[in-house]
Amino acid sequence: METKNIMIVGVGGQGTLLASKLLGRLLLDKGFDVKVSEVHGMSQRGGSVVTYVRWGEKVYSPIAGKGQADVILSFELLEAARWTEHLRPGGKIITNTQQINPMPVITEAAAYPDNLVEKMRGAGIDLDAIDALSLAREAGSSKAVNIVLMGRLSRWFDFTETEWLDAVRQSVPEKFVEMNERAFRLGRGA
Amino acid sequence: MKKLMLGNEAAARGLYEAGCAFVSSYPGTPSTEITEAAAKYPEIYAEWAPNEKVAMEAAFGASLAGRRSFCGMKHVGLNVAADPLFTIAYTGVNGGMVIAVADDAGMHSSQNEQDSRHYARAAKLPMLEPSDSAEALAFTKLAYDLSEQFDTPVMLKMCTRIAHSQSVVETGQRVEPDAKPYEKNPGKYIMMPGNAKRRHPVVEERLRKLTEWAETASINRIEPGSSHKMGIITSSTSYQYVKEACGDTYPVLKLGMVWPLPEKKILDFAKSVSMLVVVEELDAFIEDHCRNLGLACVGKAHFPRVDELSQNEVAAELSQAFPAGVKLGGDIPPRPPVMCAGCPHRGLFYTLAKNKLTVLGDIGCYTLGAVAPLGAMDTTICMGASVSGLHGFNKAMGGESEGRTVAVIGDSTFMHSGVTGLINTAYNESHSTVIILDNSITGMTGHQQNPTTGFNLKGDPCAKIDLESLCRAVGIRRVRVVDPYDLAACDAAVKEELAADEPSVIISRRPCALLKYVKHPGPVHADPDKCVGCKSCMKVGCPAISIRDGKAVIDSTLCTGCGVCTQLCKPNALGGKEE
Repeated sequence: METKNIMIVGVGGQGTLLASKLLGRLLLDKGFDVKVSEVHGMSQRGGSVVTYVRWGEKVYSPIAGKGQADVILSFELLEAARWTEHLRPGGKIITNTQQINPMPVITEAAAYPDNLVEKMRGAGIDLDAIDALSLAREAGSSKAVNIVLMGRLSRWFDFTETEWLDAVRQSVPEKFVEMNERAFRLGRGA
Repeated sequence: MKKLMLGNEAAARGLYEAGCAFVSSYPGTPSTEITEAAAKYPEIYAEWAPNEKVAMEAAFGASLAGRRSFCGMKHVGLNVAADPLFTIAYTGVNGGMVIAVADDAGMHSSQNEQDSRHYARAAKLPMLEPSDSAEALAFTKLAYDLSEQFDTPVMLKMCTRIAHSQSVVETGQRVEPDAKPYEKNPGKYIMMPGNAKRRHPVVEERLRKLTEWAETASINRIEPGSSHKMGIITSSTSYQYVKEACGDTYPVLKLGMVWPLPEKKILDFAKSVSMLVVVEELDAFIEDHCRNLGLACVGKAHFPRVDELSQNEVAAELSQAFPAGVKLGGDIPPRPPVMCAGCPHRGLFYTLAKNKLTVLGDIGCYTLGAVAPLGAMDTTICMGASVSGLHGFNKAMGGESEGRTVAVIGDSTFMHSGVTGLINTAYNESHSTVIILDNSITGMTGHQQNPTTGFNLKGDPCAKIDLESLCRAVGIRRVRVVDPYDLAACDAAVKEELAADEPSVIISRRPCALLKYVKHPGPVHADPDKCVGCKSCMKVGCPAISIRDGKAVIDSTLCTGCGVCTQLCKPNALGGKEE
């Protein structure tokens, strides 16, 4: 099979790393060759962060370049817009509609673009936009945005809900398992 | 058992399986996790040293004692450790010794983009370069065998995309090699001129033997291709990009050892193809060597010397470019990294900005004090350069700068190499004001302990260096501590110490807001009725504050309630708890 690519993008501190690890482990359990790239160090401090999850029979590069992502899973709306060039023809963007102002917007050196959802759809992008922050709060914590989005992403795969929930349980601290299961189901069903 | 492991975790697994007994390192992205992961194996003694030079010398000592030892660092850390590196290349080892260096092409978290392969050539040491996690594990084990077989430290070169990518590894069992007896051997270990003169030819002969070994080593392998239109020499992550872009179309000479290079193998490979292509990140290291061998080859004429590569660049040059996706019209504002909400450095940097001071900066999270709106930094060079640079600046400019220039340096960076600069400041007496930003942790690399925190790498309580006593001991009489959340206290401290006619140290002390044990009061409340839209709160550059419809708004998912902004709000619109 051809190598598949998911890019997980967001803002440092949003939990993109945990999401990519969860996905990597699940795909390995499914018998695929897997590579997951991570981001550490300075770029983690509230900056734009990108991780790649690639799987197939044999995966070489740990990263995906422009035109290669089958799915871009974005934790923040502006970040979805930033990486559209990485989407392959026929690819899909799943994005949280939450907006987090970058520093140039906070200092009014730049403006947060309007109507990004419409602009992306207008450009012919297959876009699935959900309010993951509200769903995470509904599940019990604003920190569960990453698991809500994993739930949404899970619809793209043909793995069972049980398989996904097992992967979620292995990836989060025990005392937060129930809350994250709720978050996952809310994302998957939303 | 098959597992997904970061390249760094796999290298640590290699240390474990090879029977490594001693690890000493200083953290640095992207090398840090090798040592953190090694510390999780109870069989391995592992420590954070105050800097890379100390780490390498400690690892050498453990090798001398007959045990397999390791030190790990980032590329710029190797500059710090270059002094022992070049001489232990002469002494060789007793127990096997491996030195990992992780380059950061693309400068994800670094101040420069140097290519560490030059060190292997300059110090005449073998360097292995894995291209995924499985090789990181295997090459680490191989490095110990080579180290003991050839009596040499062996360098293991990582890079961001290998160190910080997870791929599949199969783990094995640990071997427990017997400690080699230590025997006094002045001719080998005392590098004074007479002995060193006798050792240098040994080093040259060792390099010749290693080149011979490289000719037949299975880690330098030729992968056949269907077309001989070209043949590609590559290594590390570049190998993965070549395979991704070209598949099995062209033959590939995949180098697992990048120094010394297998000259005969390269010459034979070149003969078998119509055109020789070298694909490597950063400098033309392999390419230059091919040219020295008299080979015509294609390399940096087509591939950049700057930034990291990807399969896209390789495909565009050697096969068929991947078509890019849709680019959205309109400006997408950048999202640079920022100081976290609640960061204790913010209040201090606000004070420096407000007083319009010249600030010699250093390496750490606090380098972000340089960005807008704080903009409170003038230089960032390397670990420790703030303190020593300030001394030179003040000596050259005299009273003109002493009253309005400071150095800022973190607690871990100060222990790494700030203290020697402070000794110079005291000894040669410039009236410098040095600010130690003590957040009680090594922050940027992800919360490592250091000599000022009272805990060691294994998490056990240990000796805690007292910064105040240390500064006084080197001859600084004016040493004071401020809470960076208290803007009035920061302002008074900075003004008074700048005015003093002697060197002084201000310790700006509060633990990193991201530390688990730090309890925050919780988000402050913004009262839109009281807010007059003066934007005073915006001057601190906090990601939790923004202006919407002319009024300050607090992002309660980010705000910790540090209270720095509330001290700037004259109408008292910010304060209290979020309701």
